[in-house]
Amino acid sequence: MTSTTIDDAPFIEPSATAKRNYLNDEYGVLSWLLTRDHKRIAILYAISVTIFFFVGGIFAFLMRLELLTPEGDLFTSDTYNKLFTLHGIVMIFFFLIPAIPAVIGNFILPIMLGAKDLAFPKLNLMSWYIYIIGGTFGVIVIITGGVDTGWTFYTPFSTQYSNTHVFLTTLGAFITGFSSILTGLNFLVTIHRMRAPGLTWFRLPLFVWSIYATSVVIMLATPVLAITLVLLMVERVLHVGIFDPALGGDPVLYQHMFWFYSHPAVYIMILPGMAVISECVAAFTRKKIFGYKFVAFSSLAIAFLGFLVWAHHLFIAGISIYSAMIFSFLTMLVAVPSAIKVFNWTATLYKASVSWQTPMLYVLGFIGLFTIGGVTGLFLGALGIDVHVHDSYFVVAHFHYIMVGGTIMAYLAGIHYWWPKITGRMYPEWWARLSALLVFVGFNLTFFPQFLVGYVGMPRRYHAYAPEFQVLNVLSTAGATILAAGYILPMIYLGWSLKFGRKAGPNPWGAVGLEWATSSPPPKENFHETPTVTWEAYDYPAFLKAMRETQDA
Amino acid sequence: MAHAPDHADHVGHSPAHHQAPLGMYFAVFFALMGGTILTVIASHVNLGHWNTPVALAIAIIKATLVILWFMHVIHSPRMTWVIVISSFLWLGVLFVLMFSDYLTRIWNIY
Amino acid sequence: MRNPTLHELQHPGTSDDAHAHHHPFLQHHFEDLGQQHEASTLGMWFFVAQEILFFGGIFMAYSVYRHMYPEAWSAGAHHQNWKIGLFNTIVLIGSSLTMALAVWGAQGAKRKLTTVMLVLTLLLGMTFVGVKGFEYREHIHEGLFPGSHFTYVDHAHPELTRGVELFMVFYFTMTGLHALHMIIGAGLLIWFIKRAWRGDFGPEYYSPVEIMGLYWHFVDIVWIFLFPLLYLIH
Repeated sequence: MTSTTIDDAPFIEPSATAKRNYLNDEYGVLSWLLTRDHKRIAILYAISVTIFFFVGGIFAFLMRLELLTPEGDLFTSDTYNKLFTLHGIVMIFFFLIPAIPAVIGNFILPIMLGAKDLAFPKLNLMSWYIYIIGGTFGVIVIITGGVDTGWTFYTPFSTQYSNTHVFLTTLGAFITGFSSILTGLNFLVTIHRMRAPGLTWFRLPLFVWSIYATSVVIMLATPVLAITLVLLMVERVLHVGIFDPALGGDPVLYQHMFWFYSHPAVYIMILPGMAVISECVAAFTRKKIFGYKFVAFSSLAIAFLGFLVWAHHLFIAGISIYSAMIFSFLTMLVAVPSAIKVFNWTATLYKASVSWQTPMLYVLGFIGLFTIGGVTGLFLGALGIDVHVHDSYFVVAHFHYIMVGGTIMAYLAGIHYWWPKITGRMYPEWWARLSALLVFVGFNLTFFPQFLVGYVGMPRRYHAYAPEFQVLNVLSTAGATILAAGYILPMIYLGWSLKFGRKAGPNPWGAVGLEWATSSPPPKENFHETPTVTWEAYDYPAFLKAMRETQDA
Repeated sequence: MAHAPDHADHVGHSPAHHQAPLGMYFAVFFALMGGTILTVIASHVNLGHWNTPVALAIAIIKATLVILWFMHVIHSPRMTWVIVISSFLWLGVLFVLMFSDYLTRIWNIY
Repeated sequence: MRNPTLHELQHPGTSDDAHAHHHPFLQHHFEDLGQQHEASTLGMWFFVAQEILFFGGIFMAYSVYRHMYPEAWSAGAHHQNWKIGLFNTIVLIGSSLTMALAVWGAQGAKRKLTTVMLVLTLLLGMTFVGVKGFEYREHIHEGLFPGSHFTYVDHAHPELTRGVELFMVFYFTMTGLHALHMIIGAGLLIWFIKRAWRGDFGPEYYSPVEIMGLYWHFVDIVWIFLFPLLYLIH
């Protein structure tokens, strides 16, 4: 069953005005730059995050080039420091944190809820502008010499000794944080107050539960980063020792405050990925997600427990051993709800008739790679192991399995899944499958060797290494090349599809959800008439019936 | 995380509002003044290591008065209570787990 | 023939001829003013929640260092004039009263009362900021501004000087951030004074004043904690 349109799925017939949609409703640059329409804002974000993704990717590629040889012969160590710092900052603050929420969430969430827009459309636009301002600071830093502290800005190097643009970078990150906060706020209010009639909490798509949990984390964690960066900037400017031991401060306090945000931040990055996965699993198995309530509550549990574990980043930094034991135990706990989600998705696949379209390929990749990443996180959470592999490539591999094997794959799954809804066009399936294969092979070739090389002692953030690690590093760089190809291809065929792709109907996948009850692309107000929801989540027969009845009425 | 009243709970075309009696605002104001004077007095009395908890307790009571009455939380829907309590709870998590490190460091060993 | 909304099912007889009586401040993506009011109030509460974590973060750092350097913290607090702090506290709590009364007035469509109360709130708020500016100037003259201009030496306890400087970092950062929030609040108040005078607010639509109140009261609460923690350690 690989047809991309379902002939027997009744859908609301596009009315005579359906040719007018949010894309052609108004023309001109200002109609985009001053839009309040969440769908257009999502596209503005999509363009910006994609640009930043490739900028961050270039830094990664330069690093991998250096690491082809054991000697530090391509860049000086100072330059290399800037490369990994900028790679981290760009990827985390300007790609991973905004991507799925601000692109897919912004576009799809209101439609999924049956709303006309988010609760605060102007605030939504302001979020994008704040993101652009923060991003501009980032670009200025890159152009004028970069920053070399690591994305973690550990003190006192960042405050006292670094000769690079620490202040500008932290200011850029500080500003970008507000973009995140305002988006989270918008999502929370929209989910609470703008659901369509009949859309009770337990009828919500699991995407919404995960985005809700993400938004809670954003609201509670990001402000702590903001104040930490303020103190960093104060120290940098005034040279007072807030975090400098020479002047009475405690650098570990900085690490505590930084990671209080940055650990939940990784859940800000993965929960939206999980949101997409739930939707795609349901759509391509055409089944209800197994254990809906477990998955829903797991999202909330991840959000909650994710706040209790931050000091596992400080195990060897000088915190008390008693505190370390507490955090280690809590770290073990946080894996449980993630595991519950993986079990439930897998159980949904059991005896399902799976349709192997591109989104589903990325989903499979996610489930496997996220599991590996998550399990290696448990290894790192065990104090004894962490002493040996902390700050090694083992850690680097762990978080890339989750962020790249997890989040980025989920982002690609979501982009492909909702592409027909967003653009009204289908992407070319075989090219997309090829890309997915390149991404999967390239990813594993890049990052699996890093587990091995880290385990036997190669430290992270070093531009030179012991010669016995070279083979694995060369494999890793080779993988990075394949991965790059896998990321560049979609740019080409997705762009192609905008003009030449097959036109998509309202529900090409035959999936359940309010977004599939309106035309592709949707009209500016999302629905010609606000729907009333009478079906349970992922209840395909009931959804079909409701669609038929609306059509007949 | 408790679940919000859903769409069905929002009432009517107009915002449902409970207008508190005017005198209530002045009563809270005078209570806050009283609390402020009390804080200053208490800080000048030597209570040993109880000075800080007393000052904090008075501040918490004052804040509670502002939250419940000036910010109308006492008449607000359950979701508002959830937000207020959760924020302070999260702050509590920050403090407790942070101090679990600082209070158990054995400084003299090194 | 579209399906009735849940709202209409619950309130038979009302119909969606709202467009005929479209309130000028009803935004198009909301069904009615009630939903708009609830959304904006909820939004401001979420904003206040993240502000609690923002200020909470620096309160936490303050607490850690107070735990580490209790004498330096006490010495630092002695440099603050508690009488000025008390005055400012009274001013700010007064402004909270006037703000609450402004909301009360807006709910009752009392245009003049609302405007007067908002103006009083603004004046009291500006008094607070002005006094703070005076305090800052005094500190700078005494050489207590942290960094390269920190010339103060504690002659009685020279070993506490570094700790006093650290205290002053927290003093300036915490009160500075607080004052910044007040200044932003003042800007918003000016805008609302204009709207109140224009007669925008009434029982149907007063949520902007209400959420302004929420913001202002929150800033007041921060000061309720700052006063004893920065001025009254003995």
